Amino acid sequence: MNFFRRILLVMLLALNVPMAHAALTIEITEGIESAVPVAVVPFASQSAPVNISAVVNADLERSGYFKMMAEQGMPGRPSTTAAVNFKDWQAVGQNYLVIGQVVDAGGGQYNVQFQLLDVYKGGQLLGYKMTSSTADLRRTAHHISDLIFEKLTGKKGVFSGRIAYITTNNQGSKQQSQQLQVADADGFNPQPVASSVEPLMSPAWSPDGKKLAYVSFERKTAAIYVQTLATGERVRVAEFPGINGAPAWSPDGTRLALTLSKDGSPDIFVLNVSTRSLTKLTKSFAIDTEPSWSPDGSSIVFTSDRGGKPQIYMVSSQGGQEKRLTFSGGYNARASFSPDGRSLVMVHGNGNDYRIAVMDMATRAINVLTSGPSDESPSFAPNGAMILYASKKGRTGFLSAVSLDGKMQQKLVFNNGEVREPSWAP
Amino acid sequence: MKLNKTLLALAIGTLLLSACSDSDEKDTSLTDGSQNNTSGINDASTSGLNKGAGLNGSEMNGSGMNGMSGNGDYASTLGPEFNDPNNPLSKRTVYFMLDSSEVMPDFVPVIAAHAQYLIANPSQRITLEGNADERGSREYNIALGEQRAKSVASMMKVKGLSENQLQIVSYGEEKPAALGNDESAWEQNRRVEIVYQPK
Repeated sequence: MNFFRRILLVMLLALNVPMAHAALTIEITEGIESAVPVAVVPFASQSAPVNISAVVNADLERSGYFKMMAEQGMPGRPSTTAAVNFKDWQAVGQNYLVIGQVVDAGGGQYNVQFQLLDVYKGGQLLGYKMTSSTADLRRTAHHISDLIFEKLTGKKGVFSGRIAYITTNNQGSKQQSQQLQVADADGFNPQPVASSVEPLMSPAWSPDGKKLAYVSFERKTAAIYVQTLATGERVRVAEFPGINGAPAWSPDGTRLALTLSKDGSPDIFVLNVSTRSLTKLTKSFAIDTEPSWSPDGSSIVFTSDRGGKPQIYMVSSQGGQEKRLTFSGGYNARASFSPDGRSLVMVHGNGNDYRIAVMDMATRAINVLTSGPSDESPSFAPNGAMILYASKKGRTGFLSAVSLDGKMQQKLVFNNGEVREPSWAP
Repeated sequence: MKLNKTLLALAIGTLLLSACSDSDEKDTSLTDGSQNNTSGINDASTSGLNKGAGLNGSEMNGSGMNGMSGNGDYASTLGPEFNDPNNPLSKRTVYFMLDSSEVMPDFVPVIAAHAQYLIANPSQRITLEGNADERGSREYNIALGEQRAKSVASMMKVKGLSENQLQIVSYGEEKPAALGNDESAWEQNRRVEIVYQPK
């Protein structure tokens, strides 16, 4: 086993595929002013290859909701409640304390336990013990971060989630290799899903998080593939003449909405993934593209320039009357729903300025969240609290995340070139 | 060389699979935490945290290895007229205005010259590659690039060119001719490339 791992590592290094370290560097560009002070005490007896408390500390800090205490200023290193003197932690201005232990259980297993303590009430808010294999230590740490985040904010944590994105390696050659990758939400553990010198586009997670649909031009023509992540098995589900683009899974995972131009102008179709039956949903002579399902599966929103400029429209997923949703701004495109179905996030353009905006479905009011000028490909995180999108400064593409109120912002920079089209796993 | 790369990719795929099945085995031992006597500490299941690990590197496409689209240099081997700057056949890129797929008058003679050449050489095939600048959303730009390629195609068909000799693909903003985010880069990227295919 070790032997194979070593060979794999050598081969990956030879191909310049990053593995052990983060592919994305994440920095907070704007945090909220009312960030809550939290101290994560380094966990006791850490012999594990992953520093769990450091990962938890970094997750919580990156969220922007918390002001993390530096280790140097800590009045002690308790790992059990009995060893905590709450007054000491009050004196250094902390509201919450995280303590824990990691014990080597032998056989490549670790026992991890942690407690979240309320410094002022002097009691425990959360306490868990879990077993983790060496390979799962980072996941366990992210899981701990999720539990703490949810307890303290009331919102589901997304630290143990994964993101898919597309990279272009800028290695000075004319042949830029493109890669569809999946990484942990903190940018670690990047895994290549597909590579090509021809464009890769529009990755879309299946609702169960097990598959990705995406567009590849590897055969010099557009085709849509569905790839099962665990096995690498891949099926070409659409390769009609013309455009095969913008795949979007139905919430039940049985169908893909997509854009085909086989009949002339690009229209929205629904493809049953197992039977391959195809239903045409829109029939305009204009561009109809970028379909996205409502969470209940009843409606599909899409971009159309039937009115002259691209705007967002909605149609029943069974077909029928199409309704225009956006009227403000010269350019509204690539809309998708929030997990609760109450809002749409979209690219909102005016002149040369493209920003990310959220529309309230009830009032149709549009709230612009970002500062542009080249923001694109927005989507909601599964907890509905953050929006992930792609941005550009100069020639470098990077990813950003912004909270729904616009107050908190993170930047995710791909260390080897450009990164685009991010998508958070469900 | 190409073969080597393919073999390497296959080998990596296999290794990733073996690494993956290994971690799947470990999955089964990733069980619920045992009951602990420290007060207030609950059990937690971490099983399922590992789902979806072990992605497989997918096949690299050999035919794509020679990459770069563009003014293919196959056309320049067809005859001196393709390299003579005074001959419209030397121009194989048609440029467009912002958000428009209308062919500008300057390019009408270029498109006509290619149509005539192709009619005279019926075994020659071309691909019209539509492109867009980077502004706006990517899939919309794919549609815009296709509209541009179709404008050029229909002009060629009006001249009498057979549908069988031409193929259309749109790369949207995915294959920029010029990098940069200003008008001088954008105007070079709003284009249709007439790519002669090797016979």
